[in-house]
Amino acid sequence: MLKFPIYLDYSATTPVDPRVAEKMIPYLTELFGNPASRSHPFGWTAEKAVEEAREEVAKLVNADPKEIIWTSGATESNNLAIKGAAHFYSGKGKHIITVKTEHKAVLDTVRELEREGFEATYLDVQENGLIDLEVLKAAIRPDTVVVSVMFVNNEIGVIQPIAEIGEICREKGVIFHVDAAQATGKVDIDLAKLKVDLMSFCAHKTYGPKGIGALYVRRKPRVRLEAQMHGGGHERGLRSGTLATHQIVGMGEAFRLARLEMAEENKRVGELRDRLLKGLSQMEEVFVNGDMAHRVPHNLNISFAYVEGESLIMAIKDVAVSSGSACTSASLEPSYVLRALGRNDELAHSSIRFTLGRFTTVEEIDYTIDLLQRKIGKLRELSPLWDMYKEGIDLNTVQWAAH
Amino acid sequence: MAYSEKVLDHYENPRNVGAFGKEDDGIGTGMVGAPACGDVMKLQIKVGKDGIIEDAKFKTYGCGSAIASSSLVTEWVKGKTLDQALDIKNTAIAEELALPPVKIHCSILAEDAIKAAVEDYKKKHNG
Repeated sequence: MLKFPIYLDYSATTPVDPRVAEKMIPYLTELFGNPASRSHPFGWTAEKAVEEAREEVAKLVNADPKEIIWTSGATESNNLAIKGAAHFYSGKGKHIITVKTEHKAVLDTVRELEREGFEATYLDVQENGLIDLEVLKAAIRPDTVVVSVMFVNNEIGVIQPIAEIGEICREKGVIFHVDAAQATGKVDIDLAKLKVDLMSFCAHKTYGPKGIGALYVRRKPRVRLEAQMHGGGHERGLRSGTLATHQIVGMGEAFRLARLEMAEENKRVGELRDRLLKGLSQMEEVFVNGDMAHRVPHNLNISFAYVEGESLIMAIKDVAVSSGSACTSASLEPSYVLRALGRNDELAHSSIRFTLGRFTTVEEIDYTIDLLQRKIGKLRELSPLWDMYKEGIDLNTVQWAAH
Repeated sequence: MAYSEKVLDHYENPRNVGAFGKEDDGIGTGMVGAPACGDVMKLQIKVGKDGIIEDAKFKTYGCGSAIASSSLVTEWVKGKTLDQALDIKNTAIAEELALPPVKIHCSILAEDAIKAAVEDYKKKHNG
């Protein structure tokens, strides 16, 4: 039995896996101690749970548990990593490099540092969404202190060449931060091999709870940060604040399950995604956004030419997806990520991000294919642009009466 | 965004979708908007010998409000003279469909589409 609406927005957030929720609950009620309490068993029990969870997070990415710092989520991790490193190493220089397609949590953090007097370079991406390593090399200056590149793009799901970027940064002596919010459980991450200095994580994109995340801070060679949150000196002084034991336990369990199940799950979800792509590709004038080879298995970002995005979202309200354009707000603004790929406004407007996950079924995918085919057919019947395309008119040569 | 019931009705069941041959007798065609702005409306009127609009058809690329606005004006122009059709104001369209402020431009576009179609008809028949 299909249940509506069908959830295909797993990159926005995932449900908490019931096994994770079950493990969290005792830490809200009977095992409620403060992990910083050293004088009684309530504290000791909570501390043990926190440290076990830290080990699980470290294991998923092949790091030392001592390199994992708890935060409230990837946004905070990104802020702590980028601001913390930029401030600590500002004696060496005040130049930061990031990419135009990064998440706002990175872009706005770098903007804030620019207001403080740092200089920033925002790298362009290629048409497939990946950065060009030569462009990165050329952008690194003697005063560059931090390079920040996301592992997996949240909109188009492309996987950046993190290993290669790490080599370049290490050779040049630049701190390398990676936002891995969308990567855990989707891509193998081996921090013993990757030359990454700082890596941001969150739980709620990997079937854990919202409001908890972590930052990996490399010990060898040691990376230093200036704390952004001051107080009781928790997390070795890098992030003060009482630890949210139940959230931490949830993240640990979610990452443990990801480690055990990701190979099988990614195979299954990848097959469903390919089925979706195959079904939608039966229509004409359908374009995938972003590289298909270097891409996480659960993401499909696709544009339907000659159909306007907002009416398309309206037409498929039984399916919960994200639109590439924020045109439900006052301004019709297409996605800055798709624009960075060089997609024209019109195709950026008509894009949809499908992200599948652990609980997606083949029935849901087949329903979605059928729904999209019907609705896009209907909207194209309504579209004067579709008629013009069919008549062989190149829309770029038309003199539009702009308004 | 919450749409009014009237917008949803026109969106789900658009009236008078289609096209007349552009060069057919008594046809006026107006196309307004631009793909980059997210809406393009094509409105066609069929004018009888008595100067009354007998029929109208539309095609629209755009959001639900743009589709509803153009669908509505195809109903409204039927039975009117050209001058009466030109009297249809965007405020009336916006009011009828209860468009929110961010969607007022859809009603303006629909008014422009009527003007463009009437102008096209006049150019062909009086010129």
